Amino acid sequence: MSALLEVTNLSRRFGGLLAVDALGFSVAAGEIVGLLGPNGSGKTTVLNLLSGVLRPDSGTVAFRGHAIAGKPAHRIARLGMARTFQLVRPLASLSCRDNVLTGLAFGRRNAWGTAARTDADALLDRVGLGRAREALPGELTYIDQKRLELARALALDPELLLLDEWLAGLNPTELEEGIGLIRGLSGQGITILLVEHVMDAIRSLCHRCLVMNTGRLIASGLPTEVLADAEVIRAYLGDETDA
Amino acid sequence: MSGREMLGIALAAVAVAVLACVPLMLGDYGLSLAINIVSYTVLATAWSLFSGPTRYVSLATVAFFGIGAYTTAVFVESLAWPLVLLIATAVSIVVAAIVGLSTLRLSGVYFVIFSFGLAELVRQLVTWFEVNKTRTLGRYVFADITAAQIYWQLLALAVLVFAIGFWIGRSRLGLALRAIGDDETVARHSGIDATRAKVALFVLSTVFMTLTGAIMAPRWTYIDPAIAFNPVISFTVLIMALLGGVHRLYGPVLGVVPLALLFEYLLARFPNHFSIMVGLVFIVIVYLIPRGIAGLVEGAVRKPA
Repeated sequence: MSALLEVTNLSRRFGGLLAVDALGFSVAAGEIVGLLGPNGSGKTTVLNLLSGVLRPDSGTVAFRGHAIAGKPAHRIARLGMARTFQLVRPLASLSCRDNVLTGLAFGRRNAWGTAARTDADALLDRVGLGRAREALPGELTYIDQKRLELARALALDPELLLLDEWLAGLNPTELEEGIGLIRGLSGQGITILLVEHVMDAIRSLCHRCLVMNTGRLIASGLPTEVLADAEVIRAYLGDETDA
Repeated sequence: MSGREMLGIALAAVAVAVLACVPLMLGDYGLSLAINIVSYTVLATAWSLFSGPTRYVSLATVAFFGIGAYTTAVFVESLAWPLVLLIATAVSIVVAAIVGLSTLRLSGVYFVIFSFGLAELVRQLVTWFEVNKTRTLGRYVFADITAAQIYWQLLALAVLVFAIGFWIGRSRLGLALRAIGDDETVARHSGIDATRAKVALFVLSTVFMTLTGAIMAPRWTYIDPAIAFNPVISFTVLIMALLGGVHRLYGPVLGVVPLALLFEYLLARFPNHFSIMVGLVFIVIVYLIPRGIAGLVEGAVRKPA
């Protein structure tokens, strides 16, 4: 299988802190890959470097064969990479439908008018927000805002979806529903890279996991393997002598 | 197009037809007041076309207004009138594109300061040029244009700015701008080229300001940089737009009419305390009606007491 995403030697420094340090990994089309690591290990920075929020200091990112490192976010989005944000960021003055329309109108679908509205409503149905099309995001619960953000990302018709702790803060029922939703997207052919702390979700969803600590990749492999890896345990829990 | 919109357009057409008859009905004083109101309507509507959705507060209005006035002053005697307006449009597009591309990455208060500085910079440049090159600070504007013709041109410009505003509100550009106003990072991640959208709208908005200045210039007969680039114009436009409400296309005009009449009254009644009064009005508006008259009206409609 050819790599959909190929990251080589990616680095980014914030002042004296090397947040991402010569990181390299690849994601094949169709995979669900988990990006793990303790808080502050650089996971969100990696997503920000991939999606174009931040420019890398060095390194390359190839997405569908295009070199995208340092490219503006809207170009990357139009190539078919979509993301959600760790803290939900709905467009507050736009209705749910208009939130989704932004992705349809300016992404690869390039859709506008009645057809786009129909598509937007279908995407809202898909994530379980069919009843709230005209609602403003502020009227939704936190969970529903997360659903809205997912629908907006899907409106870009992505080949790669970056999920930044999308499952965090869900109750057990919602979590099960969320896992089902992500699995469904994967079944539809969308490749998924997810930053996540919910271990149940990682075990049941991910084909493969990457583990970061202090900006570096410290393990990669099957979820059960990496979660049992001594260095990974040390990164999360510290040395036995620390305890 | 819904029935309600058709009705709105029909009413607007009737209103324009009635307004077009104003010069035939009013005397000189009434006409000059009407010219004042229509010119501020164009300026305030054009201002909020850009500043409403993007929330960039611009104090550069008079920079473009003055550029328009000076274009007229320089060319009106040698060139045909439509050509003068065309040159004003072209100059404004070039200046706004350069300014937009270099400054719309600035955020919040930095942009406010910059836009204010821009107007002063243009004024100083024009002053320097006039003093050192033409050796005379002021210019006479002798044009064969009547007050009624100025009024009709401004009215046409007002119709155009409303038509374009209406079109933008229903277009992709309008959606892009509202998204940018909410959260620019998210907008960019939805595939929106935020820089291009902002520059496009900034240019569009300033063309209307420039044309207003170009059309208004013959009213003065004599202009110098202090008149054409008077910063009070920028502040007046800002306060009118804020009073009316920048979230709706029809908002600014709701602020223009009462304030233009109030300023006229204050200027006649308290010529020596005018600036103090205007300052008080500004404070009262920002404190008491932050969402403008349009916001008040909508709030009242939504929650009938």
